[in-house]
Amino acid sequence: MSEFLQQLLNGLSLGAIYALIALGYTMVYGVLRFINFAHSDVFMVGAFIGYYMGKLVPEHTVWGGLVVLAVSMIGCAILGMTIERLAYRPLRSAPTLNVLITAIGVSLLLEYTGQVFFGAAPRNFPSIFPVHNFAFGSVIITSNQLIVIAVAVVLMIGLQLIVYRTKIGTAMRAVSLNPKAAALMGVNNDVVISFTFGLGSALAAAGGILYALNYPSIDPLMGVMPGLKAFVAAILGGIGNIPGAALGGLILGTVETFVSGSQWSTYKDAIAFAILIIIMLFRPAGLLGKFTVEKV
Amino acid sequence: MPPKPHLALLAALLFAFGVQYFSDQFNPYYLDVLTGIGINVILAVSLNLVNGYTGQFSLGHAGFMSVGAYLSAAVTLYFAPRWFGEDGGTVWQEGGLFLMALLAGGLSAAFAGLLVGVPSLRLKGDYLALVTLGFGEIIRVTFQNVESLGGALGLNGIPPYTTIFWVLAFVAITIFVVTCLVNSTYGRGFLATRDDEIASEAVGLNTTRYKIVAFVIGAFFAGIAGGLYGHFKLTITPTGFDFTKSIEIVVMVILGGMGNTLGVILAAILLTLLPEVLRPVAEYRMVLYSFLLIVLMLARPQGLFNFKFGKSKA
Repeated sequence: MSEFLQQLLNGLSLGAIYALIALGYTMVYGVLRFINFAHSDVFMVGAFIGYYMGKLVPEHTVWGGLVVLAVSMIGCAILGMTIERLAYRPLRSAPTLNVLITAIGVSLLLEYTGQVFFGAAPRNFPSIFPVHNFAFGSVIITSNQLIVIAVAVVLMIGLQLIVYRTKIGTAMRAVSLNPKAAALMGVNNDVVISFTFGLGSALAAAGGILYALNYPSIDPLMGVMPGLKAFVAAILGGIGNIPGAALGGLILGTVETFVSGSQWSTYKDAIAFAILIIIMLFRPAGLLGKFTVEKV
Repeated sequence: MPPKPHLALLAALLFAFGVQYFSDQFNPYYLDVLTGIGINVILAVSLNLVNGYTGQFSLGHAGFMSVGAYLSAAVTLYFAPRWFGEDGGTVWQEGGLFLMALLAGGLSAAFAGLLVGVPSLRLKGDYLALVTLGFGEIIRVTFQNVESLGGALGLNGIPPYTTIFWVLAFVAITIFVVTCLVNSTYGRGFLATRDDEIASEAVGLNTTRYKIVAFVIGAFFAGIAGGLYGHFKLTITPTGFDFTKSIEIVVMVILGGMGNTLGVILAAILLTLLPEVLRPVAEYRMVLYSFLLIVLMLARPQGLFNFKFGKSKA
């Protein structure tokens, strides 16, 4: 029983990270209807900004950790908006496939530039937050896990407030519902899309730092697998659906943790894709998504 | 399409034979680059049948390539020592075994294509892309876990059977089959499926069947390319066939202009040569490669070699 609880806890903290990344995918898909492959590399850049910032602030302090988190989120928000401005905006009217390939190009560019600047060898991520283990019977909660879950919950509530309680959030929802009609109502689509990229990238940066705290080895290709899995999480919850992305991330993280704790552990990378295929075949709109019938 | 495709194929095969005959005259480095180009051309042309002509966006081509690579390598690794012993066989014996291995690889990849295609081709667009991506990754993880196929270490010591003749010959056969198929009466169905699926169904075409046929044929040639690749590199690992490789092939197809075989061939050549040409700038070459990819996509979204854009394409 205690092993079950322990695994559940590990799974939830991994799932919270997937959820943060998945939110970025789902928001961009919501407004632009395309898969932003570069998102997983923004996640990587976030972790690296955290790595360099982590050397400037004293270790094991809460305020130091929060400063690192904030700087990294702002840095990645700027990066995400720059990518959108330079690479995606010129292709706004081009077919989705072209944007997809451009996104792949941006993703490769970030990875290879990362390898040139940071080197391909993995580095140890500094422990920026205080480290403490809490034991409840035989279940051990590390402070990093608590931080992951706390930060993720705070950010998700914040996101929910932005999307449903602010003017820009209303504009985001309007653009995602119907970009042309939104433009006619006076919404500046470019500003909204740019804001969406910034917001999603900031969440990816937070995800990157939280991931690096729990799996403290970072390298320029670290984003690829978590990125793909977070994308699966976004699909699982229903792409374009914000609570769905959070739910999908949590489910995926938990399932994956349980699989890696079982005799099937070597298949843990396959399980996400198996879930993806099953969900695509039986409920392509995702768990919380709305199914739409195609009309001629 | 040339007026007499069979003659063109025959000429190409003879040409392949000629290149093979004089192959020791060439710089081995150029031959290696040419082999790499040939394998990529097979992959890109076969994926173009699925992505370009039939309009089904597949991101799992590397998965089928790995099935072919593993199966054909397993065949030669099993039979070569038993039939030829230590010394190896004659050119004809080895060639026969290699052909058998390649066909085994191609057929098993086609079978994998059927297994993947039947459930997933009900989906459209991005969703299909993701499911094929998922299947590609599952195939890779499965190979990583099959100990008899080397597990994560992969297969080593594959006999070096891939010669320039085999590569050029299969390039010619792939182009021949895809071109003839697409230009045949039956093949119009692929184009119709791409252009308007609902309208095609309304006039009685079984679009699902067309999609599956395209998928299976595409997978077959991907398997052949995998077999050639394995017997060229002499060692294969599951990570060599990950999603990055699939992306690389998709990029060739899109850059060449979807559904334009000549353009796709040129793009495959260009994208294989690009990293080689950029070799002098060593560590920056992949940075430049990805940068050029973005610039090309922004400058020519219709594909590098597609000059008919905007006329009839939907």
